[in-house]
Amino acid sequence: MLDLQGYGPRLIEGAGVTVQLAVLSLILAIILGLLTASAKMSRNWFLRRTATVYTTVIRGVPDLVLMMLLFFGGQIGVNAISDMLYYNYEIDIYINFNAFAAGVLTIGFIFGAYMGETFRGAFMAVDNGQIEAGKAYGMSDALVFRRIRFPQMMRHALPGLSNNWMVLLKTTALVSVIGLTDMVRVAAEASRATHEPFVFLIPVAVAYLLIASVSEWIFARLQKRYDIGFGGQ
Amino acid sequence: MLDISAWFNDLLADNLIFTPTTLGYYWEGLVTTTQLVFLSLVAGLILAVPLAIMRSSKHKWISLPVYFYTYVFRGTPLLIQLYIIYYGVVFIDGIQETFLWPVLREAFYPALIAFTLNTAAYTTEIFRGAIKATSKGEIEAARAYGMSQSLMMRRIILPSAFRRALPAYGNEVIFMLHASAIASVVTLMDLTGAARFVYARFYAPFDAFLFVAAIYLCLTFAILYFFRFLEKKLLAHLRPQNS
Repeated sequence: MLDLQGYGPRLIEGAGVTVQLAVLSLILAIILGLLTASAKMSRNWFLRRTATVYTTVIRGVPDLVLMMLLFFGGQIGVNAISDMLYYNYEIDIYINFNAFAAGVLTIGFIFGAYMGETFRGAFMAVDNGQIEAGKAYGMSDALVFRRIRFPQMMRHALPGLSNNWMVLLKTTALVSVIGLTDMVRVAAEASRATHEPFVFLIPVAVAYLLIASVSEWIFARLQKRYDIGFGGQ
Repeated sequence: MLDISAWFNDLLADNLIFTPTTLGYYWEGLVTTTQLVFLSLVAGLILAVPLAIMRSSKHKWISLPVYFYTYVFRGTPLLIQLYIIYYGVVFIDGIQETFLWPVLREAFYPALIAFTLNTAAYTTEIFRGAIKATSKGEIEAARAYGMSQSLMMRRIILPSAFRRALPAYGNEVIFMLHASAIASVVTLMDLTGAARFVYARFYAPFDAFLFVAAIYLCLTFAILYFFRFLEKKLLAHLRPQNS
């Protein structure tokens, strides 16, 4: 049987960190992605430009570099702001730049750019007549978004969303490099300490495959739900 | 020439971080990153072609093992694969006595092996999709000419499949460039490694990482435009007329 030499509980804790990190970043990424997609489709020149720069820059730089920039630079940046507030306005606050929050922020920020592209394509695939019909019924813009555009957009966005999620899940492994104790970090530490890398790293690899398989199943169910009314195309 | 170097020295004179020494580190990092990415892409490409043909085979016992390989390598983080190879290679029985040991001892080669296996898995799936999308008519025509399976593969299926795979492969190349940043985790001095070194030396995260981010951005754009150029050349027959 697999002998984890007492590292078992820590590995499970690490797996918890991985899943929490991935789910929270996914939520942030979806929010940012929706905002980016709306900005890209807006009539405002400035918003469109900003969104384009955001998606281009983020997709052109490695995740790890962005993560290190935010993680190592984040505390300095936060300190600079609180110093500024103290000297100029005598507001005394201290913000501790937490590693987990930095991880969620960076991954969410990176995948917001990818989600933005996915959502933009999906929004454009929604028939304009549907939106006009909603307006003709006297629906407000917000109501049109909630009842008509969003549900129909999701049908087109889900395949891309599921793809992004799979990449995001694997990206969470990088937080182990900047000091968060996720399951990859526990496994790497354990294999260095015990000189038995396969015992710890292979179960972690299998855990990633398991999470991926479970989420694939969830996405298939969601797709079925959003496909209702389209004759199973 | 003298003018340029004088101008360059002036530019660097007031700068405490970007001295010729640190720029030298970045340059070495650029060389390492380029070598690592280029070599793993070439090796991955060579591996991926036969694997993709096997993966699209009708026989389950040929295609399933390849599917298992791509599933595992695409479903787990590259960092884990790198750790397994980097830490695990020492434990292969008797490897320290063989001629391979001096090669595998350095961090560069385990990283190269991990990157190659990873990109080969993704490229296999890209090619498989392209092979599967070959139109039935082309295959029928080749059969009607009496071509054997291998001749048909060589002359009809692969050339058009490569063309179809080009846009997706371009994305894979960019993905590989970005993924190579994790080589710095196993003590390699690639571009990210150089940035980490400069950060640790001067405690200047913004300078160190923004500079390296700009280099990566330039490399990404260079790859992007190269593939656009290739697509224009190789997919000319698929473009609409008068465009």
